[in-house]
Parts: sequence; structure tokens; C-alpha cells
Amino acid sequence: MTEPLLRVTGLRKAFGAVVATDGLHLDVMPGEVHALIGPNGAGKTTLVAQLAGEIAPDDGRIDFAGADITRLSMHARTRRGLARSFQITSLFPRFTALENVALAVQARAGHAFRFWRPAWRDPTLLEPAHAVLARLGLDLHADRPASTLSHGEQRQLEIAVALATQPRLLLLDEPMAGLGPEDSAWMVELLGELRGEVAMLLIEHDMDAVFTLADRITVLVYGRALASGTPDAIRADPEVRRAYLGDGAEAGAEAV
Amino acid sequence: MLLILEQTLNGLQLGVMLFLMAAGLTLICGIMSFINLAHGSLYMVGAYVAATVAQATGSFLLGVCAALPAAGLVAMALEWSALGRLYDRDHLDQVLATFGLILFFNELVKIVWGAQPIFLDTPAWLSGSVEIVPGVPYSTYRLAIIVVGLAVALGLYLLIARTRVGMLIRAGASNRRMVSALGVDIKRLYTLIFGLGAMLAALAGVMAGPIYAVQVGMGENILILAFVVIVVGGIGSVRGALVAALLVGLVDTLGRAFLPTLLQLAFDPATANGVGASLASMTIYIFMAAILAWRPQGLFPAHG
Amino acid sequence: MDNGLPRLILAAILAAALLALPALVEAAGRGYWTGIATHVLIFALAAGSLNLILGFGGMVSFGHAAFLGTGAYVVGILSHHASMGIPIATWPFAIAGTESALIAWPLAMLAAGALAFVIGLISLRTGGLYFIMITLAFAQMVYFFFVSLEPYGGDDGLSMWSRSRLPGLDLGSDTQFYYVVLALVALAYFLKSRVIHSRFGVVLRGSRDNDRRMRAIGHPTRRYRLAAFTLAGAVAGLAGALIANQTEFVSPAFLHWTRSGEMLVMVILGGIGTVLGPALGATAFLLLEEVFSGWTEHWMIVLGPLLLAVVLFAKRGLWGLVSRPGEVPRD
Ligand SMILES: Nc1ncnc2c1ncn2[C@@H]1O[C@H](COP(=O)(O)OP(=O)(O)OP(=O)(O)O)[C@@H](O)[C@H]1O
Ligand SMILES: [Mg+2]
Repeated sequence: MTEPLLRVTGLRKAFGAVVATDGLHLDVMPGEVHALIGPNGAGKTTLVAQLAGEIAPDDGRIDFAGADITRLSMHARTRRGLARSFQITSLFPRFTALENVALAVQARAGHAFRFWRPAWRDPTLLEPAHAVLARLGLDLHADRPASTLSHGEQRQLEIAVALATQPRLLLLDEPMAGLGPEDSAWMVELLGELRGEVAMLLIEHDMDAVFTLADRITVLVYGRALASGTPDAIRADPEVRRAYLGDGAEAGAEAV
Repeated sequence: MLLILEQTLNGLQLGVMLFLMAAGLTLICGIMSFINLAHGSLYMVGAYVAATVAQATGSFLLGVCAALPAAGLVAMALEWSALGRLYDRDHLDQVLATFGLILFFNELVKIVWGAQPIFLDTPAWLSGSVEIVPGVPYSTYRLAIIVVGLAVALGLYLLIARTRVGMLIRAGASNRRMVSALGVDIKRLYTLIFGLGAMLAALAGVMAGPIYAVQVGMGENILILAFVVIVVGGIGSVRGALVAALLVGLVDTLGRAFLPTLLQLAFDPATANGVGASLASMTIYIFMAAILAWRPQGLFPAHG
Repeated sequence: MDNGLPRLILAAILAAALLALPALVEAAGRGYWTGIATHVLIFALAAGSLNLILGFGGMVSFGHAAFLGTGAYVVGILSHHASMGIPIATWPFAIAGTESALIAWPLAMLAAGALAFVIGLISLRTGGLYFIMITLAFAQMVYFFFVSLEPYGGDDGLSMWSRSRLPGLDLGSDTQFYYVVLALVALAYFLKSRVIHSRFGVVLRGSRDNDRRMRAIGHPTRRYRLAAFTLAGAVAGLAGALIANQTEFVSPAFLHWTRSGEMLVMVILGGIGTVLGPALGATAFLLLEEVFSGWTEHWMIVLGPLLLAVVLFAKRGLWGLVSRPGEVPRD
């Protein structure tokens, strides 16, 4: 059996009385699309923040690609191939779309103690950045400042920036948040194309997207994994139906 | 031994004055996320108003009674007219605007009262000394400062722990958005905190008057010390401000009193005095650096 | 942003004016203006170094005067020992004073840079309000340190016998000193304009705009911020070395916290995060001071409210007035 790419063991994080992550176990296999669903406040973003190294867990352990990364800094994790897109768009508004991506390309191009040559004229940064933009259909907007892009374009750029770090695992925190149906469909298509190339931990409220994309689904409630399994198994799980998948979601799931 | 006792009391006295400065400042920093350099000007305004009224009437207490409302009103007027607009701006804007205010107040005081220091006499009923332990006299006035300072600290504690306004202040210090979500008139609360902080600063200024000279720029040294206190205590935490103020007061006073002597154990007297004096003036900053290395958010971080 | 030709012309005019300035003011019978211009240039250098961390790094440092003052004191102390003929140290090895600019000025940069490194190491662990207060506090510490340095005049400061020596030049001549300062300032501004577009520069600016995202895409931003802080400190140290030379005097007043505030004002006044803004700001500030303080000794009563008004109403500074209005600020 292959080793999991990401293994979370007994992870715990409390904010005062609120236990946002409560002894969580979770595996993501290489190349797998693993969806994480759960009601608002279930602790999904808090989990991602711990995986990415933004907040330190109170207890437990995170292994990635065979190494313990529990105490590693954010940037060191990214360099090992763990990239994150943010639930609330987090870009560099004054930089162009191309420069946003080029910054991410630069991060894996060695240290930045280079003071002389203009970064934005360096083909070793710009060419890979262009390629990523083209892949996401953003190449037309390459030279526009990120702040002037539409919301949908910004969400795409958000993914592009994460992708440009050449991750082995993408942590996607609600990539469809705030997108209209058209943009959502395009995003599903895009993530589908990435399948197999990079593993994903996909957090999403859009059940259509989840059931379309996921190889495996974990249901998170109150910081704990209520159930974990294939989409069919999750759909059939009576406890999940009761606790989380309301009627509307069920209908959506059936429609898949 | 007795010297240590006396210096400890001096340290406490400096500590409670720093607390009066820092208490309002830390709330303003913590709740409004606002850095108010002009807080030191309010300390100065308090001292000048008190000195003027005390000279005119011959009563120290009347001076105090005039100084506190005066500083409070000045602060609330400033908050209402200009500073309140800067809460949502970045800290740099706040720094510049309040830096401008310091320049303005210092110059204004120079024009009104002149560049020479003026004096605020210790009230007769507080001059002299008391024997704290047999054979050890200590200045009544300084003792009174300690008592008043601690009483104010207790009062603040009751205000914050027991009243509705206090509840809002606590909520605001740890979670600003929650308070607005409660539908409280947040602007009034801010103005109130500003006024309260100013009155505390003015009280410190008045009490400092008889000990240090009342002069232009007197607010800035103590302002920077108050910043050290806030950083050590943790922004937004009044409890942190109290603990840190007393620590800073003690470290500073004891450092100045004893470092040169201590260094004589290792160096010749001349070197010891020279190095000691340099080190003593830097102790609290080194202390701050040590605390920060250990806890970057201060001793009692208010934000979770 | 790239309207190249008008800019080039503007730059050429500026360069010509700066080069011709000593001769022009001499011809106008106002020779002392060369000194004023030198003073302005030195502060343009100091404010420019602050702008690297403030405008391009987003670090609101309220302690920049500490680095300026340290640089000044290094030159002052070295020259003091040289002129008195007393060694600075005899143990563990002998160190003598010097009046040579080639030794003293780099040492001033080194000392100021080292100080900035240590202060930055501690204060960059924090951010926001903490950072402002901590840099202010450490600068105050350095201030009191020099106040307590009795052998070097304590509160009163230290006079220098003469300016530093440069082979082939006479820095004692105000005109020659002006050109040396001008060359250094021009070099610094040129280097800065390269640096902010280099890989280092874009990381610095990215971290200013969104540090969290920078770390999330794999940049260890703190070390770059620290490097920028150190670099800015070193350049401020050079400015300090120059100011000590101009006035032939150093004192704790160079390190007073209001100096740090004034440098912040210069940067903002000129236009934060623009390359030439700080030079413009330093010029405007010092000329305003020159003019107003001629009218009234209470010019601060004008400056204070003026600052408040600039903050409330004219956020983009003077550079914002001369550059195109309404464009998205793009560095
Ligand atoms: N910094 C914090 N301080 C205090 N409580 C927090 C903090 N961050 C999250 N929480 C709490 O932890 C719980 C989990 O929050 P989290 O944001 O992880 O939920 P989520 O599953 O991502 O929700 P959503 O679907 O709305 O994005 C919530 O109760 C939240 O209020
Ligand atoms: Mg979330």
C-alpha cells in the first residue's frame, strides 16, 4: 500500500472554550482529490491554517511526504510542496496578474538576495508565470493590476498563484466562494484537469462540485471527522444525512 | 537594606505614574487600534493647568480639579474633531497626525507659559515625611502618589470588571468587531475612552509636577516609557499595563541606584561609574528586549 | 507609468541644476546656500533610506534617528581620538582614531548597520503598533546611551577639529564637500531605484502589501525585511557621517526622537513609496523650516496643524501633485 502524502494524527486546536479541531485524523493519498465538507464553523479553515503552518496546533502531528512538518514554518512547508489558496482572496493588489504569479515562481527559484537585475524582465520568472496564467485562461489579463480584476478572475488568480509554487498538495479553501454558476462550472472543469497532477484537499460548500471532483470525502463537524469514505458511501451514510446533508443537499447529490 | 527599601518605594512611585499614563494608552491602542503620540501632551497640559490654577488659588487640590476635566475635554474635542477619523487609517497616518499635534501643543505651551520650567509646589499637607518603618523616613508626597495610583488602579479594575461600560471595554479589547455587532454606539464609547485616558494622563502629569519640573516636552519622555510598559504588558491589557508599569518602574529605579555599585565589584570605580551610568539608562530597554525575545506579544496579550 | 522622454528631460534639468548650484548661488552672492543645499541633500539621503523600509517595506520605523546619530558619532569619536592623539582602545589590540573618510565613513555605515540589525532582529518579530513603539523605544535607548557617554561630551556633544580627509580633495571647502555629498546621494538613489525592482525589491514590496501571502507562497520574508532594515540603517549611518562632517559637531540631539519623526514627515510629505519623493520631501521640509523660522520662532505651531491637514486631506504627498493624478499607485 502506498504511503499517504499527508497524514494528520490527533490534531487539536482550541480557541478558549471553542475546540475548533478536536483530535482529528486525516489522510490524503498522492494524487487524490480529498474533499472536506462540514457546516459553517466546523473548523475547516482552522485545519487548513494548521496544515499550512499559519497557526500552531495545541497537540497532534502533521506528516507530509514522509516527514514531520508539525513545527515547520509556513514558507518551509510551501517549499516542500504544500500550497494553499485562501477562502478570502489574498493577492497583491498593486502587482499585475503576471507579477502575482511570478512572485510565486520566484519563491522556488532560490533566495532573493539579488539586488541588481530587474525581476520583471527576467524570463526565468516570467515564462513559467505566463504558462500558469495561460493554463487558467488568464493570459489576456496578464498585465492588469490584480485589484482591477473581476471577482471571478481574482479567484482564478488565487489558484494560479498557489499552482505556480508547483505543489504536490493543494489546500483549496472554498475556491468557488462567491462565484456565479458560470464561473463555478469553469472552476470545476479546471480542478478536474488538475486531477492526477496534484493532490487536493478541497473544502467546498458547493455539493455538486464536491461530488463531481472528490475521490474521497471527509465530513467535519465540531472539529471531528464524522465520516470518511467514497462519495457513494458518504451519500449513503445515515449519520451524515442526519447531521449535515439536508434535503437540499441530498437533492443536489442525487442529481450528480 | 534601608536604601533598598527607599529605592523600591521610589520604583513603585514611578511605576504607578507610568501605569496612569499607560492605562489609557493601552486601551486606545487595543480597542481603537490607534497610536496616540499626543497622549504625552495631555500629561503636559494637565501639569500646566494644575500649576497655573494652584499658583492662582494657592490650592493644589483645586489645581487637580481643574486639570483633569481640562485634559479630558481637550482630548475629547480632539477625538471628536480629528483623531476619530483616523481609526481606520493605517498606523503611519496616526503617527504623523499625532506627531503634528505634539509639535503644536509644545509650541502652544511655549507661547502661553514661556520656555522656562514653572513650578508646582508640594501641597503643605503632603510635604515632610513619614516613618514607614522605625528610623526610615520617606517622603509623604511620594507615598501619597503610590496610594493614589494604586487606588486608581483598583477603581479602574472595578470599572472594567463590574460595570456595563467596563464590559464593553473588555469586549472591545479582545474583539473589536463584536462590540459593533452588539449595536453599541461605538463612537461614544471611543470618545469616552479617550477622555478617560486623558484624565488619567493628566493626573499623572499633575502628580509629577512637584517632583519633576513642569516644562515643555515633559510628556514625551514618559510617553516613550509608557510605550515600553504597553509593549511589555501586551497591547490592550490594563492588567498587563499595571504589572509592566510596576516592573519597569522598579527595574529603572533600582538599576540607576545600584548598577554602578554592583559594577564596582568587577571594575575600578571610575569605569564602574561610567559603564554603570550608561547601562542604568538602558536597563528598561534591555528588559523590554528580553521580554520580547521571550514573548513577542507581551506578558498579557489581549488579542487571542 | 512609462512616459520616458518627459521624465528623462526632467531628470536632465534636475541634474544640471544640482551640478551648477554652487556656481549659481555664488554668482547670486548667496554662497551660504551651498551649505543649505548640502544639508538638504544629506537629509534626502536619510529620508530616502527610511523610505526603503517605510515606503517599499511597509515598516513604520520610528527610530531612524538612532542610525543617523550612530553614524555621526562614529565619525565624531574617531576624529576626536585622532586629533587628541589618544588611542580608542589599547586592549585586546590597539585601535587609533582616524580622520580618513575612507575608513571612518564605511565604519559609520557598519556600526549603524549592525545596530539596525540587532534592533530589527528583535522588533521584526512583531508588527503593527508593537513595531512602532519598539523602534521608538530602542532609539530612545541609543539616545540615552550617548547622553551618558561622558568622555564624549555627554549631553553637550563633541566638536570635531576638522572634516574627514579624502585623498585629492579638500572637504573643508563647502563646494567640494557639496559635490562629494551630491555624488553619494545620486549614487544611493540610483542604487535604490535598481534595488526596488530587483528580486529583493519585489519580495520586499510583496511583503509590504500582503506578508501572509508571501510566506504562503514560500518566501521567508522576515529575513528580507531584516536585510532591508539593516541596509536602511547603514545608509542612514552614512547620512549621519556626512551631517557630522558638515556641522563638525555631534551631539545626542541628532538622535532625539523628534528627528525620527521629522524623517517620517519628509518621506510622507514627498510621497511615500516613490523613489524621488523623499528628496522632494526633505527639500520642502527644510526649506519650509528655513523660511518659516525666519518669520517666527514658533513655526512649529504652523507645522503641527499642517501635518494633520496633510494626513487628513493630501495623502499622496508632493509627488502625488506632480505625477499624474488619479492613477493607481504602482510604485
Ligand atoms: N482566531 C480565532 N479566534 C477565536 N476563535 C476562532 C478563531 N478562528 C476560528 N475560530 C472559531 O473556530 C471555529 C471554527 O472556525 P473555522 O473558520 O475554522 O470554520 P470553517 O469550517 O472554516 O467555517 P466556514 O465554513 O464558515 O468557513 C469557529 O467557531 C470560529 O468562531
Ligand atoms: Mg472557513
